[in-house]
Amino acid sequence: MAETPRQLLIHPILQRNPIALLVLGICSALAVTGKLSTAFVMSVCVTVVVAFSSLTISIVRHHIPSSVRIGIQITVIATMVILVDQILKAFYFDLSKQLSIYVGLIITNCIVMGRAEGFAMNNPPKASFIDGIGNGLGYGFVLMVVAFIRELFGSGSLFGYEVLKLTSNGGWYVRNGLLLLPASAFFLIALLIWLLRTIDPDQQENN
Amino acid sequence: MGHYFSIIFTALFIENLPLSFFLGMCTFLAISKKVKTANGLGVAVLVLTVITVPINNLILNHLLKPGALAWAGQPGIDLTFLGFLIYIGVIAAVVQIMEMIMDQFMPGLYNTLGIFLPLLTVNCAIFGATLFMVERDYTFAESVAYGIGAGGSFLLAVVALAGIREKLEYANPPAGLRGLGLTFITAGLMALAFMGLGGLKLG
Repeated sequence: MAETPRQLLIHPILQRNPIALLVLGICSALAVTGKLSTAFVMSVCVTVVVAFSSLTISIVRHHIPSSVRIGIQITVIATMVILVDQILKAFYFDLSKQLSIYVGLIITNCIVMGRAEGFAMNNPPKASFIDGIGNGLGYGFVLMVVAFIRELFGSGSLFGYEVLKLTSNGGWYVRNGLLLLPASAFFLIALLIWLLRTIDPDQQENN
Repeated sequence: MGHYFSIIFTALFIENLPLSFFLGMCTFLAISKKVKTANGLGVAVLVLTVITVPINNLILNHLLKPGALAWAGQPGIDLTFLGFLIYIGVIAAVVQIMEMIMDQFMPGLYNTLGIFLPLLTVNCAIFGATLFMVERDYTFAESVAYGIGAGGSFLLAVVALAGIREKLEYANPPAGLRGLGLTFITAGLMALAFMGLGGLKLG
């Protein structure tokens, strides 16, 4: 089933969303969505790591012995993550402190491994690179939606700018504390999955 | 002694890895359909964190930290940027060694835990436990205690979730919520319940 580059890029966003359909990469998806800015940075980091690790692995795919392929994939991915982490620390120190260990956890993010193992190992570099970007965007899409809802209704702001004026500042909006708690991310993703699966019944699970 | 006990206790209940930091979610949600398999998975995670967190702590303190290589005559070297690569390497190696040892000497245990072991290399809970150990600058003894607490917290959460999901088999949710959606909501409610333990303090 050969897909055009366009399909490779678009499909992972809704039809084959890595979070909603395949249950990959949930860990960080839940933890960094309290604010739009951290969610945005995290999406960019993951997209960069997936795209470039898929590209690298795809280029060397004919030289990887299958018995040690997991080790090699992890090494490539870890190298990419170290690069991203060092860049963040050098230029955006505050953000890298807020993301704390979650940048490092991109290494064990199943999306990256999954794309390396499932796509890059048997597809040419260009397609792998585009597929990586597509999956990064699919992941980013869910992250941004959840972070948008959590930040808007939880703290009345977007990207740190006040949108709904809070009662504590003399405004009218009473913040919804539940949305600032980590547990709310579970509910929001559940509702998002419900929505996606109602629109597209092919994704539903059978009992 | 009380200090170490409080590290274990905090990691187990207040800073529960899956329920308050969302680590190890993929396996947490995927392998929690049956209490029995969840138990096996949880024990495997516990064993791995107890081994890998202290090993990585030794590596951090004696090889990577700025000045740690003074014993080799190189006091000016800071290798902390290599951390991620080395920690994940250690975890992968320990997983592999455990698999071989268990295959040789404990075939019964291997049959129960064996299928989970390769998965655990990329389990965020194990890697996350190491990263928290690095971030909080634990000493060796503290890292042993934290390894026990972190692994135990995963065991606790995954078995509890599996217990609830076994009962949910009989529920009849809307089609779109079936499976993953409902599991997410259950996990969210559990996370809320665990927050109630947040105010507990020991000693």
